[in-house]
Amino acid sequence: MTIPTPVKRIAFYALVLVILVQALFPFYYAILTSLENGQALFEVNYLPKAVTFDNYQHMLTDGVFGHQIFNSIFVATVVVIFSLSLGVTAAFALSRIRFRGRGLLLFTILSVSMFPQIAVLSGLFELIRNFGLFNSLWSLVFSYMIFTLPFTVWVLTTFMRDMPIEIEEAAIMDGASSFTIIRRIFLPLIWPAMVTTGLLAFIHAWNEFLFALTFLSTDSQRTVPVAIAMISGLSEFEVPWGNIMAASVIVTVPLIALVLVFQRKIVSGLTAGAVKG
Amino acid sequence: MAEPVEKSTLSHQRVVSAWVFLAPMLAVLAVVAVYPLVRTIYFGFTDASIDFPGQAQWIGFRNYLEYLDFGDGTGEFYGLLADPDWWRAVWNTLRFTFFSVLFETIFGMVIALVLNTQFPGRALVRAAVLIPWAIPTIVSAKMWAWMMHDQFGILNDILMKLHIIAEPVAWTANPDTALLAVLIVDIWKTTPFMALLILAGLQMVPKDMYEAAKLDGIHPVRVFRKVTLPLIMPAVLVAIVFRALDALRVFDIVYVLTPNNPNTATMSVFARENLFDFDQFAYGSAASTLLFLIIALLTIGFIRATRMNLGGER
Repeated sequence: MTIPTPVKRIAFYALVLVILVQALFPFYYAILTSLENGQALFEVNYLPKAVTFDNYQHMLTDGVFGHQIFNSIFVATVVVIFSLSLGVTAAFALSRIRFRGRGLLLFTILSVSMFPQIAVLSGLFELIRNFGLFNSLWSLVFSYMIFTLPFTVWVLTTFMRDMPIEIEEAAIMDGASSFTIIRRIFLPLIWPAMVTTGLLAFIHAWNEFLFALTFLSTDSQRTVPVAIAMISGLSEFEVPWGNIMAASVIVTVPLIALVLVFQRKIVSGLTAGAVKG
Repeated sequence: MAEPVEKSTLSHQRVVSAWVFLAPMLAVLAVVAVYPLVRTIYFGFTDASIDFPGQAQWIGFRNYLEYLDFGDGTGEFYGLLADPDWWRAVWNTLRFTFFSVLFETIFGMVIALVLNTQFPGRALVRAAVLIPWAIPTIVSAKMWAWMMHDQFGILNDILMKLHIIAEPVAWTANPDTALLAVLIVDIWKTTPFMALLILAGLQMVPKDMYEAAKLDGIHPVRVFRKVTLPLIMPAVLVAIVFRALDALRVFDIVYVLTPNNPNTATMSVFARENLFDFDQFAYGSAASTLLFLIIALLTIGFIRATRMNLGGER
């Protein structure tokens, strides 16, 4: 070896440090900005100068941001409940029962998850208006199915496929119906996978922007991504960056907490969703 | 599992129950995906307006291409395929997709290799790497918009202190840097996803291969090129395909970071502007249809090329 080991070790830790800083710094800076006010906002600081919670207080007590958080929680939760309940039986059929056309169905479901959202936008817009759902949170619950449902079915199918066949065969011998098998045997076994899938679907729904931007028209109905995109000042020269960063931190901290707690499960869910064909 | 000689009533029952289980999911997908897609494609061949899309009249391919004869021997082409703004959006999207996927793969590979090494604090670093991925896209776009602010942005401050730039750059407004700004945010946000997928691939590589190579005194770079890379290539390729399909439909980062900027407007942004801002519902639908067509063809091509196993057999 030509390069001495200590040099290599230092280079390695320098690389680790670069990775850490690039990953963490932008969010650190968002928090820093959210704690600043007035003049401090308009000078570049690397460390907190004077800490104030005015921005948070302003976002949470004045105006509709609290209501918008509730909108997001409502939509994402209902979407997860619907996708999981429709997805788990479908995944059972696709992973445990052999029938003609199964491969084609899986292919179709995968294709739907690759749909560009924009390709259904005008058709969905008409449908949602005809249903009288425009500017209702149900329009989002309805339209988000297009990406959460194929995703849920796909991931749960890959999880269920890996389960041993013996337990199921024993149950069939005992005369259990498919529905009983799902309820009594599979649900207790796959609930960890369901938590992961549900969490990923929740994050998807929480972050969605295009449909929420298009199908909701009043401030109090909006979900948080659109709300944050639309926070504006009195004029275009007065963008309230302190408020925007406070709102950003509020909607991000719970997500980061969830992702860190469920880290390992999320990684296995993501790889099952994306890599295992 | 051996097939039974005779199709038993039991397996018949199971096939019936399979379709019963699938029916609700398929019905929902038909309503939220298939029907709207068919309507979008139909609108692209009509003069539909946003207020009364139901009263649309069929006009054939005129949204795509039409030759208007001025009657004096001259004429001009109209429609998407003759629209420089559309072609600019196509070009923006392709450039964005190419560079974002390229750099995400490179950085993702580096991060995955680092995380695949044993070192104290590895779990913490892996958790930290996930954070950009956990931050909602809109929030990332806003955070970076603030960091890239031309007057008060910290990015200009850092680069000026390092003497990389001499004066502040208007990152998101300047035509030369707008696409770069969008790329920086997207690469920052999505590299963790790539790193995780590559890491998952790396962890499947049998450890004894490395030990054997080490005993034989083979240079680590050679081991990486000859052993690791070929083994993780399938996982990397699938990750690249998924990211590319995602990047081709990019909307929110561009819309929030560089609004109304023709230098970054992608196909999705072009389509939505026409649908809802320019009162060109049918034209926007035609653009959406073209984007769908492009992505559908690429998807089929990729799936064929990577020979993904879709039959559900292990």
